[in-house]
Amino acid sequence: MAVVFEKTKGLTDKPTHYCPGCTHGIIHRLVAESLEELGLLDKAIGVAPVGCAVFAYDYFSCDMQEAAHGRAPAVATGIKRVHPDSTVFSYQGDGDLASIGTAEIVHAAMRGEKITTIFVNNAIYGMTGGQMAPTTLVGQKATTSPLGRDADHAGMPIRISEMLATIPKAVFIERVSVHDVPNIIKAKKAIKKAFETQMKGLGFSLVEVLSTCPTNWGKTPIEALKWLKENMIPYYPVQNFRTPEEVK
Amino acid sequence: MAGKVTFDENRCKGCELCTTVCPTKIVIMDKDRINIKGYHPATVKEMDKCIACAACARICPDVVIRVEKL
Repeated sequence: MAVVFEKTKGLTDKPTHYCPGCTHGIIHRLVAESLEELGLLDKAIGVAPVGCAVFAYDYFSCDMQEAAHGRAPAVATGIKRVHPDSTVFSYQGDGDLASIGTAEIVHAAMRGEKITTIFVNNAIYGMTGGQMAPTTLVGQKATTSPLGRDADHAGMPIRISEMLATIPKAVFIERVSVHDVPNIIKAKKAIKKAFETQMKGLGFSLVEVLSTCPTNWGKTPIEALKWLKENMIPYYPVQNFRTPEEVK
Repeated sequence: MAGKVTFDENRCKGCELCTTVCPTKIVIMDKDRINIKGYHPATVKEMDKCIACAACARICPDVVIRVEKL
């Protein structure tokens, strides 16, 4: 009897605190499996964000550090510069990375820090109760935009991957989604490539993962995956923006 | 090709995502039982139809499912 699928050693046994159907759990697993398959569990140091994933340090079985809100790329920079042989990643949501932490992520990319960022974009502030985020879609309802986001008032949602892909030392940038099994498999490939980019010392790498928030979107987990596919992907296209020759 | 799935039932949060991706439609929610968290856990009653594709395990956010090929 051959084992086709079992829980990776990269995850601890602690059950996650995420809501039912939240895709954070899938993304945690993909990161943990990638670390295990690349033999990095003893060398990896993760930096947890503020937001729903604030307890990520309890779920990965590698060294972890908590950072102040939005400052994970700055903390990761320090860790990587002190421990250049380790594999350092930050795991951040859109409220953390695309709002309060925009300066940190842009400048970490600009300096070409040899770190990997997993950017989980679910178009809303989850932990604080469903407020409008910079990534909230036009027309999307949130507790601070009860009639839907108004582009005249709040501007257009920020496309982080497109923006970072203009920075020369951001050498690996890809947007993926986890709304169905084929996309989950593609997402894992992208995460592995991002870690390989770092292992080869090529520069900054980021994977943006489109994710759901069934609770704050007011949908069932199944409806939320459908909503992601139909509404988020047209505005946030799933594609590779940049890959270095060495990891193609 | 026969497969076998086992559920770490008390980790299940009853989100039902696994029931939507099974190509043979055998993953169902067990409405007769509740787990330690108070959810109806996912289960398979017709295990002989499992093809060990692991789609259910890959979409499960809580790593509940282990898949073996017989």
